Amino acid sequence: MKGSKPRIFLTRDSCGSMKVKDVLVGILPIIVFVMIWEGIAQLNIFPTYIFPSFSAVIREFYRLVVGGVLLNSLLSSLFRVLAGFLLGSAAGIVMGIGMGCKEVVNKSLNPIFTLLYPIPALGWAPLLMIWVGINEMLPITLIFLCAFFPVLYNTITGIKGVDEDVIKAARTLGASDRKILTTVILPLAIPNIFTGLRLEAGMAWRVVIAAEMVAIPTGIGALMMRAESLLRVDIIIVCLMVLSVMCLLFERFFQYMEKKVTVGWG
Amino acid sequence: MPGIELKNIGNYVFSNLNMGVFDGELLVVLGPNGAGKTTLLNIIAGLIDYEGTVLFDGTPIDEIPTNERQIGYLFQNLALFSHLDVASNVGYSLRVNGKEKKEISQKVNELLKLMKIEHLKHKYPKTLSGGEKQRVALARALASSPKVLLLDEPFNSLDVGICRCLRREICQIQRRLGITTVFVTHNLADAREMGDRFVVLKNGKIQQVASKDIFFDNAGDAGNGYRVQDCLNCAIDCNCKRDERL
Repeated sequence: MKGSKPRIFLTRDSCGSMKVKDVLVGILPIIVFVMIWEGIAQLNIFPTYIFPSFSAVIREFYRLVVGGVLLNSLLSSLFRVLAGFLLGSAAGIVMGIGMGCKEVVNKSLNPIFTLLYPIPALGWAPLLMIWVGINEMLPITLIFLCAFFPVLYNTITGIKGVDEDVIKAARTLGASDRKILTTVILPLAIPNIFTGLRLEAGMAWRVVIAAEMVAIPTGIGALMMRAESLLRVDIIIVCLMVLSVMCLLFERFFQYMEKKVTVGWG
Repeated sequence: MPGIELKNIGNYVFSNLNMGVFDGELLVVLGPNGAGKTTLLNIIAGLIDYEGTVLFDGTPIDEIPTNERQIGYLFQNLALFSHLDVASNVGYSLRVNGKEKKEISQKVNELLKLMKIEHLKHKYPKTLSGGEKQRVALARALASSPKVLLLDEPFNSLDVGICRCLRREICQIQRRLGITTVFVTHNLADAREMGDRFVVLKNGKIQQVASKDIFFDNAGDAGNGYRVQDCLNCAIDCNCKRDERL
C-alpha cells in the first residue's frame, strides 16, 4: 500500500504539469510574436498607419466593440455564414444520402457534380452577380456552393464506407431499408459527415469575407474594404483577428460535436 | 421451430441443390473455402438471389424479405454495430420491430444474463475482447426469438480456450431453446462437439450427409470424395489450431 500511494500522486502531478506545460507551449509563441510586433512598432521604423503597434490594434478593437461597429459587421457576416452553411450542408447531406444509397442516383448525378466540384466557390461570383444580383443572397449562395460539395462527397464516402455485413446484420434482425438508413447507415456515416462540415466551416468564413469585399456593403469584409480605403491598417488587423477567431471557433465546434457524438465508439 | 428445406437451389455457386434441416436440430455444414457454405446461409437468410425454393416448416419463404424471415444470423466478422453499446446492440431487433421500452429492457437483461455479459451492458464493441464480442453477437441474434439460427464460422478469430467454452455454451443454448440451427465451419473440433448431423460441401455440391456417429466412425471412408482428412487439411490451411483442439 505504501508503495502504491506515491505512484498515484506522481501520476496526478505529472498530468497536471503536462496540462500547464501544454498551455504554455501553445501560448508562448503567441506572446513572443506579439512582443516582437510591439517592439518593432515602437522602434518607429515604419509609419504607424502602415504598421500599427499591437497595443494600438487592441485600442482600436475596443473602440470598434464599444461603438457597436464590429458587432454589427460580425452579425451581418455571421448571418450569411450560418444561412449559406446550413442550407449548403443540409442539401449536401440529403443529396449525399441519395447518391450513397442509390447507385442509380449516384451514376446519374456524379458526372455533373464531378465537373462542378473543382470550380472554387468564388469562381461563381461573377455569374451569381448577374443571376442572383448584388444583394444578401450573393454571399449566401456562394457559401451554399462552398459547403455543398465537400459535405456531399463526405456523406457519400461515409455511407459507402459502412460495412456491408453490418447492413446485412441489421436486415436479418428485422430492420426495414428506412430503419437501416436511420439507425445504422447514417449514424456510422456521421464521422465522415462531420469531417466535411468541419473542413468547410472555416472555408465559409473565408468565402463570406471575399464576397463582402467584392460586392456587399456590410459585414466584416466590407469593413475591411472601408478601412483599406482610409488606410486604417489597425482596423484591417482587427477584422483579420476576428475572422481568424471565428474560423477557429467554427472548426472547433464541429470537432467538439464529432467527438461528443462518437464518444465511446472506440 | 421449423425445419428448413432447400429445393432445386441454383445460383452462381449451386446447381440444383437439395437438402434439409430437421426441426430443432443443429446441422453442421463443413467444407473448404469456396465450397459455398456462407452462400448457403445467405440463401436461407434471403440475402442473395437464388433460383429454387426455400421452405420453413413446409411453407415457401422465397417471397419473404430477409427482415421478415425471423432469422438469427451470426456473421463471421460478427458485424456488431460499433455506434451502439452492448445493450443497444442486443436490443436492436426489438427496437426496430417496435417493441416497448420496458419489454426491450427486460429481454435484453435476460439475454445478457444468459450470455453472462451483464457487466458489459454499457460498453461499446471496440472495447470488448473477441469472446465478449461473440457473446454480444449471439445475444443480439437471439433477441428477436428467431425461428432459425445461422452461424457462419463464429469461432474463427478466437483462441482455443474461449472457443471451447463458447461452443459448449452455444450448444447448450441451442438445445435449451430448440432453435433449428445451421452451423458453418471448417473446424472438425467445433463440428464434433456441436453437430447433430453433418453436411459436407465441395464446389457447391453435397459430398456427404451423415449423422454424428456415422460421420466420425467412418472417418475417411466417404466414398464420394470429401473425407474427414480433407476437413483436417482444410483446417490447417485456415491456420486453425487443429492439434490443440482435437
